[in-house]
Amino acid sequence: MTSLLSLHGVSKTFDSGTQAIAALDLEVRTGEFLSLVGPSGCGKSTALRIIAGLIAPTMGNVAWPSGRPEIGFVFQEPTLMPWRNALDNARLPLELKGIARADAEARSRQALARVGLGEFGHAYPRELSGGMKMRVSIARAIAAHPKLLLMDEPFAALDELTRQSLNDDLLKLAREDGITVIFVTHSVYESAYLSDRVVVMTPRPGRVTADIAIAQPADRSVAYRLTPQFTDAAGRISAALGDAMSRAA
Amino acid sequence: MKRWLTYSVPVALGIAVLAFWEWAVTHWQVPRFVLPAPSAIAQSFVDDRAQLAAATWTTFRIVIEAFVLALVTGVALAILFAQSRIVELALYPYAVILQVTPIIAIAPLIVIWVGYEHIDRALLILAWIVAFFPILANTTLGLRSADRNLIDLFRLYGASRWQILWKLQLPGALPYLLGAMKISGGLALIGAVVAEFAAGTGTATGLGWTITEAGNRLHIETMFAALAILSVLGVAIFFLLSALEWALLRHWHESAVSRQE
Ligand SMILES: Nc1ncnc2c1ncn2[C@@H]1O[C@H](COP(=O)(O)OP(=O)(O)OP(=O)(O)O)[C@@H](O)[C@H]1O
Ligand SMILES: [Mg+2]
Repeated sequence: MTSLLSLHGVSKTFDSGTQAIAALDLEVRTGEFLSLVGPSGCGKSTALRIIAGLIAPTMGNVAWPSGRPEIGFVFQEPTLMPWRNALDNARLPLELKGIARADAEARSRQALARVGLGEFGHAYPRELSGGMKMRVSIARAIAAHPKLLLMDEPFAALDELTRQSLNDDLLKLAREDGITVIFVTHSVYESAYLSDRVVVMTPRPGRVTADIAIAQPADRSVAYRLTPQFTDAAGRISAALGDAMSRAA
Repeated sequence: MKRWLTYSVPVALGIAVLAFWEWAVTHWQVPRFVLPAPSAIAQSFVDDRAQLAAATWTTFRIVIEAFVLALVTGVALAILFAQSRIVELALYPYAVILQVTPIIAIAPLIVIWVGYEHIDRALLILAWIVAFFPILANTTLGLRSADRNLIDLFRLYGASRWQILWKLQLPGALPYLLGAMKISGGLALIGAVVAEFAAGTGTATGLGWTITEAGNRLHIETMFAALAILSVLGVAIFFLLSALEWALLRHWHESAVSRQE
């Protein structure tokens, strides 16, 4: 697989003096589903924001061998605009990019349909459940056809069933569109289910301590969560995470 | 609670109080220059209708002008503050000073500065001063309350500062602004009347002046009539702005949602 982006010795020290990440090296390959796990405060969100170009690293750099692709971002909260209905929320990226209204509407309507909310274009965020709001947030992220999707604990606030169905939908969307995903999560099981690769970070300042490849079956479902293959992957991630924590202590 | 009760109960109480007032004034023979009967006040509405109408129009015009001016300048300055911390640091203390200094104390100075021949202009400035600050303070707060992640999202998609302001910060500040408008509408009315009192009976011709004048001549029923008009004006402004608030926020803001259900 070709390299989509790589972080070379990326460090970030905030004005407050907090060093969030230190000398982070990470290569992300085109088309893979990469999870980033690590203790709270180890700089996962910071790393995503640096990759997105929202903040500049203090040292090091981000390289894009074949150019910087279209990027989508999904946060832990749905972060919708309450004064816009679902369709207009999903349309935001296209609107900001200056795409003609009719075209943008057709594309965001399609994006909504793909996350299962085709009927809810006119609904305002307050009329939607937590899971549905997150679906709108995902529709907004895919509306502009990103090649890279950055997700910062997107399903952490949802109940288990909603989370599982969103996991499956996300996998399907990413596969269909050939999107590379960098997914931050605190859940060992979620990362084991979704990822082709899990990168474990040390406590702050964060750096990579383990890089776990997972051979995933093409079709994952509820039954997959009961296989030894899955529990083995979860066990390896869990052990690496425990190791990272204890090394800091 | 039945819906009709919310209207019928206060109206019934009002009628009962007026009836008792009418009866009590006749029964105890209260002098007219202490407390006139409701019927006398009603008569004053008829007898002094030309003067009352002119005074109401004058006050109403000043209130509307001051309110619109406060709205425009308050929002414009809030936008400036939200764009530049330096401008805010420089100007905010002066806005506060303007706000905390009692309007009644500033009034004579303003009247002298703009001159007695332009008393309307003085009243406008004074009403503007009191109406301006809540709009500035609340809108500034609202503009600053935009979700940080949404701002990041806008920047990710290459939004300009102007787009962030127009599509994110201003809509987000709308509930704050509308809340402030309800306060400022009432303050503009208070400001306009207080300023007229402070200006003294000169060339001013609004409801404040009508009250002073009628008081001097012991036309207490005219004072009551002017007072009643002021209350109605204040209530009307409040209801109009509440209706505007509801119309603009009913789809999305929690404050309007609860009233819908
Ligand atoms: N804008 C900022 N200014 C100052 N310090 C910051 C800023 N953003 C993050 N930090 C600090 O940097 C460190 C890493 O933060 P970050 O949000 O990247 O961690 P995280 O791994 O995402 O944590 P969590 O798992 O709790 O979300 C934390 O100590 C945090 O307090
Ligand atoms: Mg985080």
